[in-house]
Amino acid sequence: MKPPLRKMLFISLGAVLLLILPMAASLAGESYFISFFSRVLIYAIAAVSLDLLLGYAGMISLGHAAYVGIGAYVVGIFFYHSSAMEPVFSFPFVLQGSENALLVLPLAVVASAFAALVIGALCLRTRGMHFIMITLAFAQMIYYFFVSLEKYGGDDGLSLYSRSTLPGVDLGDDVQFYYFCLFLLFGFVFLAWKLVHSRFGLVIRGGSNNQRRLQALGISSYRYQLACFVIAGAGAGLAGGLLANHTEYVSPGLMHWTLSGELMVMVLLGGLGTLFGPVLGAAVFLLLEEILAMHTEHWMVYMGPFLVIVVIFAKRGLYGLITGEGNSNG
Amino acid sequence: MILVIEQLLNGLQLGITLFLMSAGLTLIFGIMQVINLAHGSFYMIGAYVCATVAGQTGSFLLGLAVALPASAIAGMVVEFVVLRRLYKREHLDQVLATFGLIMFFNELTRIIWGRQPLYLDVPSWLSGSIELLPGLIYPVYRLAVIGVGIAVAFLLWFMFSRTRLGMQIRAGASNRDMIGALGVNIKLLYTMVFGLGTMLAGLAGVMAGPILAVESGMGESILILTFVVIVIGGIGSIRGAVVGALLVGLVDTLGRAFLPTLFRLVFNTATADAAAASISSMAIYILMAAVLVWKPKGLFPAHS
Repeated sequence: MKPPLRKMLFISLGAVLLLILPMAASLAGESYFISFFSRVLIYAIAAVSLDLLLGYAGMISLGHAAYVGIGAYVVGIFFYHSSAMEPVFSFPFVLQGSENALLVLPLAVVASAFAALVIGALCLRTRGMHFIMITLAFAQMIYYFFVSLEKYGGDDGLSLYSRSTLPGVDLGDDVQFYYFCLFLLFGFVFLAWKLVHSRFGLVIRGGSNNQRRLQALGISSYRYQLACFVIAGAGAGLAGGLLANHTEYVSPGLMHWTLSGELMVMVLLGGLGTLFGPVLGAAVFLLLEEILAMHTEHWMVYMGPFLVIVVIFAKRGLYGLITGEGNSNG
Repeated sequence: MILVIEQLLNGLQLGITLFLMSAGLTLIFGIMQVINLAHGSFYMIGAYVCATVAGQTGSFLLGLAVALPASAIAGMVVEFVVLRRLYKREHLDQVLATFGLIMFFNELTRIIWGRQPLYLDVPSWLSGSIELLPGLIYPVYRLAVIGVGIAVAFLLWFMFSRTRLGMQIRAGASNRDMIGALGVNIKLLYTMVFGLGTMLAGLAGVMAGPILAVESGMGESILILTFVVIVIGGIGSIRGAVVGALLVGLVDTLGRAFLPTLFRLVFNTATADAAAASISSMAIYILMAAVLVWKPKGLFPAHS
C-alpha cells in the first residue's frame, strides 16, 4: 500500500512547517505563536487519540476530556506535593511528589489509561446511543470528583508555578517546550499509525463496520475495543500532562464536557478516520477560535452554525479535501 | 424523621424535573433514533422566556403561557432546519451537529440577555409554606412542581395509550416504514413529537426557574442528569423515564443530605466531610454503573 503523492506531499509539508515554526516565529518577532502552537500540538495529541475511537473503532466517546483532565491532575498533584514537601500518599507505601517529567508524564499516561480501562470496561457493555450517553456521564462523574477535592483547589484548581523538569532540556523555555511537544506528537502519531495498520487495527475497524461478522470469524471484539479505549485514554493522558505543563495550571474545567465536544469537532474538521487530519483539525479549530475571539466575544454564535453546516455538507473534513482521500475506514 | 420526609420531597421534586426532561428526550431517542444533545437548550429557552415575560408583566402564568409554545416552536424549527437532515446519518454526525446547536443557543442567550443570571420570582399565590405534618413546613411552590409533574405524567400516559396520536407515535417507534405506508404523514409526526419533547423541556425549565438561577448553559447540567436517567430507565421508555428520574432525584438529594452524617459516625469530621462530598456528587453515576452491570439496556428497555 503506497500512499498517494498528494498525501505524502501534504504530510511532509506539514511536518516541515511544524519543525521550522519556532524559528519563523522568532524571526517575525511573534514569539506568542510558539506558545500558541505548543497548545495546538497538545490538542493534536488528544484529537488523534480520540480519532482512534471515533474514526477507526466507531466508538463515539463523548467523555474524552476526562482522561485529559486526569493526566493534567497527575502532573498537578505531584507538583503540589513536591512543593509542599509532603508525600502524595503514605499507605501502603510512601510516594513522594515530583516535578520530574520522566516520572510524572508516564504516570499521567498510566493513570488515564487505568481510568479508561475501568470506565471502558463498563461502557463497552453497551452500544450506540447508550455508549455516547454513558461515556459523557462518567466523564461528568470524574469532573465532579475533582471539583469535590478541596485539597487540590476544588473548583478553582491548582497553580503549578513552574513546568516539570527534564534532564538536559529546559521545559520552561517556550521553544524547547514546543519541540518537546512536537517530538511527543510525532511519536504518538507514529505509534498510532503502526497500530491502525496492524492486525489490531484491522480488527478494530472491522468491529466498527460489522461486529457480527467478526464474531463469526471467532474474534471477540470486546477485548480489542477495550484495548483501543485504553490506548486512546493513555494518549489523552499524555496530552493532559503536557497541557498542565503548558498553562502551569490545572482545574476541573479541563474535563468539562464542552472540551470533549471540541476535541470531537477537531477530529471531524480535520478528517475522521485519518491520523494527520486531527492534527490539522486541531490547528484549524484553535486558529479559528483565536481569530473569531479577536473580533467578537460571541464567537460561539458563529462557530455553532458553522459546525452544523460542516456536519451536513462537508463530511470528509479538510484533510479529505486536501489529499482527495476520504474516510480511510474500509 | 421530619428531615427525612423533607428531603424525600426535595428528591421527588428534582425527580419530577428530570422526568419532564427525560420523557421528551427518550421519545425523541426512541422514535427518531436521533441523539439530541441540544435538548437542554430548550429547557434554557423555556426558563429565559418565562423569566422575561414574567419580569415585564409581573404574571408568572402569562410567562408560562408564552414559554411553552416558545420552546415547542423553537424545537420544531430546529427539527425542520437541522435534525431532519440527520435522521439517516450516523450518531456521530448527530452528536456534532447538536453540539453546534448548543454553542449557538448558549451564546445567543448571552447576546440577548447578557452574562448575568436572571432571577424568576415565585408567583405570590404560590409563595409561602404550609405545614404538611406537625413540624414539617414545606414551600408551596415545590409542592406545586410535584403536582404539575404528576399531572403531566398522567396526561402523557393518557395520550399514549388512549388517543390516536399516541397510537401513531407508538406505531412510529416500532416500525417507521409501515406506518408511513399506512398513510400517516411521518415527517409531520416526527416534527410534532419533537415539539412535544421540547415543550416538556421548556416546562421543566420554567418550573426550575424560581428554584435555580436562569443562566446561559443551565441546560447542560440537567442534560447530563437526564442522560443518566435515560440510561437507567432504558431508551424510548416512558415508564423507564419515570422510574429512572425518581431514582436519580432521590439518590442525589438523599446522598447529599445524609451521607455526611452517616460518614461522621465512622470517620473523623474532616475525612467524613471530604469523603461524603466526593461520594454524594458521584452517587448517581455509581448507581448508573450498577444498573449497567446488571441490565446493560436499562431497567425498562422499550424494544426488548
